[in-house]
Amino acid sequence: MSFINLKEKIVQIKIVYYGPGRGGKTTNLEYINRKFNKQIQSEMVSLKTHGDRTLFFDFLPFDMGKIKGYEMKIQLYTVPGQVKYNATRKLVLKGVDGIVFVADAQEQMREKNIRSLNQLYENLKSYKQSIFNIPLVLQYNKVDLRNQGIPILPTSVLEKDLNSKLKVPSFEASALTGYHVPETLKKIISSTVVSIQKKLL
Amino acid sequence: MNYGVVSQEQLEKIDEILTEKLIKIGVDCVIIIDMAGNIITAKDNGTSKYDVYSFAALAAGNFATVDAMAKLVGEEEFSLLFHKGTDCNIHFSKIDDELLLISMFGKDISLGFLRLNVVETIEQIKKLWARD
Ligand SMILES: Nc1nc2c(ncn2[C@@H]2O[C@H](COP(=O)(O)OP(=O)(O)OP(=O)(O)O)[C@@H](O)[C@H]2O)c(=O)[nH]1
Ligand SMILES: [Mg+2]
Repeated sequence: MSFINLKEKIVQIKIVYYGPGRGGKTTNLEYINRKFNKQIQSEMVSLKTHGDRTLFFDFLPFDMGKIKGYEMKIQLYTVPGQVKYNATRKLVLKGVDGIVFVADAQEQMREKNIRSLNQLYENLKSYKQSIFNIPLVLQYNKVDLRNQGIPILPTSVLEKDLNSKLKVPSFEASALTGYHVPETLKKIISSTVVSIQKKLL
Repeated sequence: MNYGVVSQEQLEKIDEILTEKLIKIGVDCVIIIDMAGNIITAKDNGTSKYDVYSFAALAAGNFATVDAMAKLVGEEEFSLLFHKGTDCNIHFSKIDDELLLISMFGKDISLGFLRLNVVETIEQIKKLWARD
């Protein structure tokens, strides 16, 4: 849940990048950290294994400037995607305001994307939140691999697999090159801000 | 308390309590966070400069992890959470199910004295919310 400090006029918003292991969640945050360094006052925090897999979370605070006189502090998190880490994944989701689901567009990852999204549904339910009400954006990542001849799922298939019931905004992306990474971020921030404003009114 | 939005007046009173009970006895920095890692308020003695936002994210994660471990071994909770360093110590205390009070302090204060003051601080904060 977002936290609003009326004294200092600060709104803190928690956005979580969720998705299957090695899908590119951490790479999204790393790109944002490099690209928007003016809006980022502190170091990115990464709790990871020696093999660079996320162990607990990545954390990146992002200053969005002011909306209606309130300073917006966007707190970006990633979860660990590996199947065995669901307990920690759930901890990171606590109090989430908006979610980016990073799917891996490689053909071989089709099942894993679906399973991860189903688990997101379950995990949110355990906090009495519904995947159908929370601000959510889908990202179909790694489309750059198409150029290397690696089989990539057509977007229509990904949409059918993941977005046929949710019907939320979605982007093809490449976290590695940054393609549609800022667009994904902007979309989730604006959806989340709108939903928080609604709750306050 | 309408958790999620705290009034300016409530925050000012909380800040007063934190200053009076903790900063004045020599605590370097005290932060109240929620379990999601948001900062409710932060007070320091003016000399220490911590990156409180990263700190809050890590602290919430740390607390949540230890809490989950407690449940696994059949404990309701581990009541004392304390990290000891050479120059800086960190003490965690639960205010209620949603909020944590974190104190950072040096070698000049004993853990016992700090805990006593933390307990009183939390009592005062709870009274404040009960009243509103
Ligand atoms: N070609 C390509 N590789 C990518 C892209 N995004 C991420 N990768 C690579 O995929 C691997 C995993 O990326 P991470 O960002 O660590 O994945 P993650 O989702 O954080 O993984 P976990 O922390 O285990 O959940 C790394 O080797 C990245 O360089 C992309 O858009 N294109
Ligand atoms: Mg990662």
